[in-house]
Amino acid sequence: MLVPSLMDGLLLGFVYGIAAMGLSLIWGVMDVINLAHGPIIALGMFGIYLGFTGLGLNPYLMLILVIGGGLLLGVLIYWVAVHRVINAPHLSTLLATFAVNMIIIGIATAIFTTSPRNVDFNLGGFPVGPITLPWTRILAALASVLVTALLYLFLYQTRPGKAIRAVSDNRAAAELMGIPTSWILALAFGLGTMLAAISGGLISTFFPFTILAGSSYELKSFVICVLGGLGNPLGALIGGLLLGALEGIIPAFMETSWVPVLEFVLFVLILLVRPQGLLGSKT
Amino acid sequence: MKKFAYWIMVMALLSAFLAGCGATEAPPEATMAPETEPTAAEAEPTAAEAEQPAGEEQTMVIGFTTSQTGSYNVSSLRQVNGLMLWMNEVNDAGGITLSDGTVVKFDYKTYDDESTTERVQELYTRLSTEDNADFLISPYSSGLTAAAALIAEQYGKIMITTGAASDSTYKEGYTLVFQAYTPSSRYLTGAVDLLAHVDPSVKQLAFVYENDKFSTDVVNAANEYAESLGYEVVLFEGYDSETKDFGPFINKILESGAQAVMGGGHFQDGSTFARQVHEKDVDMNYFALLVAPPEPDFADLGDAAVGVIGPSQWEPLAAFTPESAAEAGLEWFGVLGSEFDAAYQAAYDEEPSYHSMGGYVAGQILQKAIMDADSTDPEAVKAAMEAMDMLTAYGRINFDTSPEAHGLQIGHSMVYIQWQKDDAGNLVKQVVWPLEGKTADTLYPKP
Amino acid sequence: MKKQLRNPGLWLALAITAAFALWPALASNRAYARETSFTILKAVAFAASLNILLGFTGYVSFGHIVFLGLGGYVGFYLMDTFGLHLALAALAGGLSSAILAFLLGKAILRLRGAYFALATIGVNEAMRAFIKNFEPFGGPIGMTLNFGVYRAYGGPDQALWMAYIGTALLTIVVVLVSFLVKTSRFGLGLMAIRENEDAAEVMGVVAPNAKTWAYVLSAVFPGILGVLFFFKNGNIEPRDAFVLHQSIEGIVMVMLGGHGTVLGPILGAAAYQRLRGLLLVSPLFKNIQLAVAGVLLLIIILFIPAGAVGWLRTRFSRLRRVLV
Repeated sequence: MLVPSLMDGLLLGFVYGIAAMGLSLIWGVMDVINLAHGPIIALGMFGIYLGFTGLGLNPYLMLILVIGGGLLLGVLIYWVAVHRVINAPHLSTLLATFAVNMIIIGIATAIFTTSPRNVDFNLGGFPVGPITLPWTRILAALASVLVTALLYLFLYQTRPGKAIRAVSDNRAAAELMGIPTSWILALAFGLGTMLAAISGGLISTFFPFTILAGSSYELKSFVICVLGGLGNPLGALIGGLLLGALEGIIPAFMETSWVPVLEFVLFVLILLVRPQGLLGSKT
Repeated sequence: MKKFAYWIMVMALLSAFLAGCGATEAPPEATMAPETEPTAAEAEPTAAEAEQPAGEEQTMVIGFTTSQTGSYNVSSLRQVNGLMLWMNEVNDAGGITLSDGTVVKFDYKTYDDESTTERVQELYTRLSTEDNADFLISPYSSGLTAAAALIAEQYGKIMITTGAASDSTYKEGYTLVFQAYTPSSRYLTGAVDLLAHVDPSVKQLAFVYENDKFSTDVVNAANEYAESLGYEVVLFEGYDSETKDFGPFINKILESGAQAVMGGGHFQDGSTFARQVHEKDVDMNYFALLVAPPEPDFADLGDAAVGVIGPSQWEPLAAFTPESAAEAGLEWFGVLGSEFDAAYQAAYDEEPSYHSMGGYVAGQILQKAIMDADSTDPEAVKAAMEAMDMLTAYGRINFDTSPEAHGLQIGHSMVYIQWQKDDAGNLVKQVVWPLEGKTADTLYPKP
Repeated sequence: MKKQLRNPGLWLALAITAAFALWPALASNRAYARETSFTILKAVAFAASLNILLGFTGYVSFGHIVFLGLGGYVGFYLMDTFGLHLALAALAGGLSSAILAFLLGKAILRLRGAYFALATIGVNEAMRAFIKNFEPFGGPIGMTLNFGVYRAYGGPDQALWMAYIGTALLTIVVVLVSFLVKTSRFGLGLMAIRENEDAAEVMGVVAPNAKTWAYVLSAVFPGILGVLFFFKNGNIEPRDAFVLHQSIEGIVMVMLGGHGTVLGPILGAAAYQRLRGLLLVSPLFKNIQLAVAGVLLLIIILFIPAGAVGWLRTRFSRLRRVLV
């Protein structure tokens, strides 16, 4: 029992990690907790859904469009809702991004309703001993690793990526060095929402979803960020794997419904004891 | 002078707010939803009116909510379609004529409850107070109905429940709530009997079910029954209604070594469960799920649907006739099952499920009660329902009248269906239990 | 105290609250008016309680609904299992929420800003998940009142009026308390914490204690409110009791009216509920309602962060005496 459920958990953990990485990136660069994270995950799901059922596109092909859309949406959200309050107290950015959450959910519910959707896409399974791992989940995990690698390449090897890191370290100094900080912040926000949209897109290939489904992944992302350290993208991936492992291991010992209880108790405890996160080093 | 200005301000603000309140009360029509048609194909009841010159016409407003959106939308929309079909048929036939010449016709008022209890209570309160509905029909699902039944009782309205099987709702001391469905305690007992019939060697059972009122009532009763037959229940675990990932439960089933699995909950979670069992190539011989399998849409799962068994309140193949009523010494009421099937397909261009029949029969119960009472007075209608014992295309209808379980359905019983492949490889739904009503042998073990 | 009572602002706030409360007595369709007023008063009481922490102390509790849910559950359990009277159950609900706030407060109020907000979300989710597994409270199914309970109060109609009157009185008490806090020395301490916690401590405010008491005070009323509300509903489920969304709506109401003022949450809550009530039953607007509220919130955050009452106070300084 332990081995198969641990495998399931870890495969999902990669995808959770991507979602959390988006939250973590925005947090690390501009000290904003993006409460519109969940709806963007859901939009990623609906992007794949519309491409698959409407246009008959392969979900992985559609993912490219979702990536572009996620990036643009993030930049837009930054300029409309976040830029004006970027230096205001936390309450302002929390509420501004929550307002974006309400707007997205409100409009999307009017369009898509809250009825469950399903991307009916099955690639068969890969037998590992007595169990079968669906290919969609294996591919999702591989895609997550690829995305993480590309993100690191971008952040460390390209000019805009280096600018993001500079702005994250010291915004005023970066501005003095001639970096257009506002645009860099917008870009970072865009990358964060793009990651959220990717994770949503990947999840939609194996789980059913509604327009409200993002909120549970958003809550998971919070837990992961606190496990892996807020503002640390690689930590987010490791935190995702940790959470996935927990979700795999806990049901072996007790009823599955206790999983969220333990998750959130752990979350509050870590916040109290080590607010920088279990693996967090950056303060 | 300064002070005076302040108080003017105060009064102005105050009156603005009072006016604001007043406005909520005054023009309700302006803010009201235009009655949304559950489906497009509905005939307007106009033609028959001319034929009834005598007597005063009375329109009874039936209030209910529809899960137009949310996780219950598939079953709820069918239920409302069934109810609308009944209403149109009655109105087209000129309504119900009472002995004093009064012609009773029906109209309805409905809102979207989005499959959530929070809105159900708000909306049933609105239906009872502001819209002054005369009779109420329940929303779909036991959870929503429990919330709505309380409002019906609080405001003294008769409510016919359909799509709501949970026994517990009828044990809360209500007196105005009447159940059309076979109670949930009898949903899976037949599936246990069927298992004993097809493979007496199976001794280990697993129950994996949705953590809600309905499914819990079902599995608790089935669990007790299975244990009384000597089965060992090796896994008994509930999952959250919002569950998307059945992985942990599937792993537990594998671990437990159970050969037979029963459970599920409603349409969405049940079909997800079946799909993931198929994707993970789980080897199980016997798989019975609640609610989802009898829905025609379950066939969308393709191969994942083959072999899945489900309890059904009614199937188009069910053969209740005036003759069988006479044999059982019961009064026959309404159309034949085949007539309902044909009329429903003509109106909505889809196959009816038992939820469609549930909506239709809820209307029939109200119609028969008004006819028996020869009045629309709630007290008289209530008394007529308490005395009702009839056979319809849906089956027998008879309510418990004891104070402990008032309104519980005690006349009707279930059939069990299984998805099988016919010779051409198409998915077909067959009745496999009880044996006297079967249309095919059970496919066992599940492929 | 006497001087405080002469403040016209207090009387304005109380008069508006009383107007909402008394409206059903004058309306023609009294049951419907009662339901509308109930929703408004519930929102006012919740927002005004939240404001004690959010507005006066500057701590953003995103999961404040946990107190309404927990209080509701405790009170409901006592009524359902032991047949306790509504009034006593309501007090027990308030007490249990106060105890939870007291115990939590010592720990999580050490966190500042966004960390505190995240922790309160965590607490709400943990509590909801726990109650789902807690069998005495009915686990995932929750509890339903036997209808006989209503008959004990002289029938359902009587019982509903009783719950309504209880809510109306509670709302008036919350408004009064929030005014007294604002004009007291204790309240000044809280506002000093809001402006600069470290400086406040230097000035002699015992911040940990003051914050904890503010937290307890803002938790006790939602606890009582929860019992009254779920008594009216007749059933309680984890899904309905700990709706994270509702606590964020509470924040929206406070921000809309003006945080840190007494009148603001009253007007904000009433306006928000009125908007919601209007759009609720329209198939076209029932979902857009959320988007409209979102746009409204965004405009307020970006352009009038002080809320309606706050804006009026800055704009027309002469109104400050009336708009507290």
